[in-house]
Amino acid sequence: MSGAPTFTASQDRAGALLALAGDWTIGARELEDRADALVRETLGARAVTFDCSSIGKLDTGGAWTIDRALQALAAAGASVAYAGASREHAELIEAARFRAFAAPPRAPRSVLLDYLADMGAAMRMAGGDVVVGVAFLGRVVATVAAAAARPSRFRRTSVSHHLEQFGVRSVPIIALINFLVGGIVAQQGIFQLASFGAQPFAVDLVGILVLRELGVLLTSIMMAGRSGSAITAEIGSMKMREEIDAIVVMGLDPMETLVAPRAIALALALPLLTFVADMAGLFGGALVAWSYAGIPPVVYFARIKAAIGVSTFLSGLIKAPFMALVIALIATREGLAVGGSAESLGRRVTESVVKAIFMVIVIDGLFAVFFAAIDF
Amino acid sequence: MNPAAPAPPDPAAAISVRGLVVAFGDKRVLDGLDLDVRRGEVMGFVGPSGSGKSVLTRTILGLVPRRSGEILVLGRDIARISRPEAAAVERRLGVLFQQGALFSGLTVAQNVEAPMREHLRLSPRLRGELARLKLALAGLPDDAADKYPAELSGGMVKRAALARALALDPEILFLDEPTAGLDPIGAGEFDDLIATLRESLGLTVFMVTHDLDSLFAICDRVAALGSGRVIAVGPPRELAASGDAWLSAYFRGKRGRAAAQARTG
Ligand SMILES: Nc1ncnc2c1ncn2[C@@H]1O[C@H](COP(=O)(O)OP(=O)(O)O)[C@@H](O)[C@H]1O
Ligand SMILES: [Mg+2]
Repeated sequence: MSGAPTFTASQDRAGALLALAGDWTIGARELEDRADALVRETLGARAVTFDCSSIGKLDTGGAWTIDRALQALAAAGASVAYAGASREHAELIEAARFRAFAAPPRAPRSVLLDYLADMGAAMRMAGGDVVVGVAFLGRVVATVAAAAARPSRFRRTSVSHHLEQFGVRSVPIIALINFLVGGIVAQQGIFQLASFGAQPFAVDLVGILVLRELGVLLTSIMMAGRSGSAITAEIGSMKMREEIDAIVVMGLDPMETLVAPRAIALALALPLLTFVADMAGLFGGALVAWSYAGIPPVVYFARIKAAIGVSTFLSGLIKAPFMALVIALIATREGLAVGGSAESLGRRVTESVVKAIFMVIVIDGLFAVFFAAIDF
Repeated sequence: MNPAAPAPPDPAAAISVRGLVVAFGDKRVLDGLDLDVRRGEVMGFVGPSGSGKSVLTRTILGLVPRRSGEILVLGRDIARISRPEAAAVERRLGVLFQQGALFSGLTVAQNVEAPMREHLRLSPRLRGELARLKLALAGLPDDAADKYPAELSGGMVKRAALARALALDPEILFLDEPTAGLDPIGAGEFDDLIATLRESLGLTVFMVTHDLDSLFAICDRVAALGSGRVIAVGPPRELAASGDAWLSAYFRGKRGRAAAQARTG
């Protein structure tokens, strides 16, 4: 019952006759070859008749290729006709009649030009991001201020839910990371400073570095990755399923219901986590100093106490709420910018994390300059 | 159907189901369901929401595990044959999912080309042409081919998904509520399209629908699902005359009468 698509060509004075046989279906390997052969064999004939009476199976793919051959012959000046097609086959050929589809316009471009254009577009986008980001910041601040003025509108459950998500659940990983990094800094400090005979200063190094920079920076980067991506993914998938639109038509403000609670929760969580990070970092340093350089904890903490002032401790903590705000802003804005597709969601989550980490480091740099200028 | 002497499944039928049980936890959604869909017929499935129409479709396609029962699709039981053999059967099936299920990272044309790319060795040119032909057959304008699914309306998504279901010229076409979400004219065109394809391709169509117009227009037989089995099966007109309470409410409500009349008059 099944067979490869075949045909026999015969010529007489009236023109060529192509007797098609076998199964002209899309699954047939030889389909395209045979269809091309149809044209090759009879090119130049004045009239060509396609005899379809012995075709076994036919589907739209087969009908399309046969009709394409027929149209090619017609375009070459032959008068063409079908003969002997069963009713079903005739209907199918009619449905799958060949037409030249306009090829999608694909202008040839140089790679270099594309590259430059991409770079320009990225710069413009970055500029636009700053403007939009500042506007967004304004709206968030206005929303938070309005919530503060009318505490009844303050979404306590939402904030406490997110506080748990961002705060409590991050404690173990933040503590662990900072404990390790505190230890590493202490080890490096002891090892490198030993050649100057300045080993005890390794403790000062740990204290200042952890409290001023590392605690808050590592915590912020961790939160940008952990909570920022979660916020973007959550808000983005709500956007995809029109949940945000539903919030708007209910007369609610997504800023108030979605953005503000997350921003507030993150702004509360990050300073607390930074404190945890600071402590973990100092303990990590203490452990290494004790086991690696034989500095007992009592001596270690006495030195820490002498080396750092309140300003060292505060200069780290002060940065935390700003970091939190930047992470929350970027994450929520990227979430709201998700389009309809899953691909866009993935891209936005990546963007969110990359931008947030970048901004965290930029802000940290700005603070370093500022604190140096005011001698804090 | 007499449960004491169950007839064996019929390998000549397009789809043959015997004693199918599907349950989620304690809840038996399908409970001893028997069904035969003949080759070349359009079989409609009706039933209240939650009666298990989608679950039946997905079980036949092998997407939902069954507790017991036999299912022959084109004479083979997908769950009991090797993976390559099952793939060969699945290649002969086309499925239009309830939500379209277009791949959102691909354009509409690429979506239709995807199954061809996987299963056939075609030149890129022919593949592109056939994809556009399928889209035209499904009633989409030419400029839709290079759009992404997110840029389409609900009705256009259905049409694009149908074009993808037809990509390999399947022998059985599964449609889960194909006309839901289409405007009435679009739905009518959709029915005509299915009818034409059935005529010319000898397609077997398995169609879940709530659209009474579709039922009367293109279904050869209709099966009604209730309490986990097929409670009645027959031509739409016969079912409309049956005594079952849900069926008579369904067919003899205002909308049912209008649809039936439109077909007689
Ligand atoms: N994955 C699943 N897990 C649990 N229950 C399910 C699942 N899929 C479907 N159901 C249940 O099976 C029943 C039938 O669902 P469905 O086949 O979708 O109904 P419909 O006839 O409207 O298409 C429903 O009660 C539904 O809750
Ligand atoms: Mg359903």
